[in-house]
Amino acid sequence: MPPIRVIARLDVKGPNVVKGIHLEGLRVVGKPDDFSRRYYAQGTDEIVYMDIVASLYGRNNILSVVEAAAHEVFVPLTVGGGIRTVDDIVAALRSGADKVAINTAAIARPEFLREAAKAFGSQCIVLSVEAKRREGGWWEALTDNGREKTGVNVLDWVVEAERLGAGEILVTSVDNEGTRKGFDLDLMEEVYRRVRIPVIACGGAGGPEDVADLLSRRRTDAVCCASVFHYDLCSVPQLKKNLKERGYEVRI
Amino acid sequence: MIAVVDYGRGNLFSLGQAIRHLGATYEVTADPDRILAAERVVLPGVGAFGDAMQALTKRRLVEPLREVAARGTPLLGICLGMQLFASRSEEFGLHEGLDLIPGTVKRLPEGGDRPDAVRIPNVGWRALRTAPEHPLLGDLPPRTMVYFVHSYAPVVDDPAHVAATIDVNGAEIAAVTNSCNILGYQFHPEKSGPAGLALLERFLALTSRCSVQAMVRR
Repeated sequence: MPPIRVIARLDVKGPNVVKGIHLEGLRVVGKPDDFSRRYYAQGTDEIVYMDIVASLYGRNNILSVVEAAAHEVFVPLTVGGGIRTVDDIVAALRSGADKVAINTAAIARPEFLREAAKAFGSQCIVLSVEAKRREGGWWEALTDNGREKTGVNVLDWVVEAERLGAGEILVTSVDNEGTRKGFDLDLMEEVYRRVRIPVIACGGAGGPEDVADLLSRRRTDAVCCASVFHYDLCSVPQLKKNLKERGYEVRI
Repeated sequence: MIAVVDYGRGNLFSLGQAIRHLGATYEVTADPDRILAAERVVLPGVGAFGDAMQALTKRRLVEPLREVAARGTPLLGICLGMQLFASRSEEFGLHEGLDLIPGTVKRLPEGGDRPDAVRIPNVGWRALRTAPEHPLLGDLPPRTMVYFVHSYAPVVDDPAHVAATIDVNGAEIAAVTNSCNILGYQFHPEKSGPAGLALLERFLALTSRCSVQAMVRR
């Protein structure tokens, strides 16, 4: 198994990093610059910045956050939230982002993924999926940071997104997000089986055991954590050390 | 002054910040005269090979880059920039490259259903393997990990031009190519944390280590 990437996720609202549960009930937890610096120093393998109000109000102040980070944080940076046009991607990359995460705009118009991949390369285009478990054993893709229903089946959507040129898939379980009760293992396994591109699992990590549960079968290429790092339940190096002791390869 | 070649491809912002972090000065330029006058030249790039060669050709940068290489000016290619040093690429049809480090850019091997398969694109941190006696990277700390994101890699004609490799689905893939003043990093040193910065620093210290004869042979 190749090394597992450990990714810190910052949900950004205005000048603050916020955190909620099920993408709701947001609390301010600190400043993005402080988190960026801390996680880089601790050895995070990447940082994902999500502008969680951009889709609603069309704001894009997150680019200044990314630009500040790019001065001193030398790991891959992904920006999501409000990426709707090719120009939005250009602006994100100019600010120092390496990849963009696209959700709402891709569901509204799937061809956007193809256009984006053609213009910037698949390596730059991360499909972000917010998955909500539904009765009858399926997951619905939500948009606008979990606020809007789409009727789209996540497992069909990820296959379509790969075909259109997405280079990675970031899967967030809305049900488990912020709960620290573990990943949605079924969701991650089903997504991983259906695509050939790298998958990033997000939502529910409360500690190393949860990540180890996820990795006990091949269900992901990377894990993305927020609460567990923000509230210092387990630091990036603690998580990596724990995974290494369990026999998983990580960058230390 | 380091010239970072701007041909409309790649995250030049981060690369610039990394160079600055190391205390060097740089300019982002597409001007052939500035590139030829620079002490060092960096060719970055992400995207598709054919598209990138077309962009270089359109900006009349192909010959200046070959001249930079022939003069012995330290030249670093990063990711796609490194692949452009090859003779040709099979990415989306056959395309000619700069032909500075002879070889052919080919798609990475798929891992199929192996439980330890690396998915393509190969995204993430991989451990570099170097020969301890290699003059450029032999002293690299063991298991130095750097960040890759690519679906293709050069298959180099002369094994002496490969300074480090990574394992991708059982195949040895060139991660660092080197011929005299020409250095190619398949990974992103500007995105590989402290280890990446240290490798970028090695380029800043690189001189043309070739004898005149070797230069002629190349």
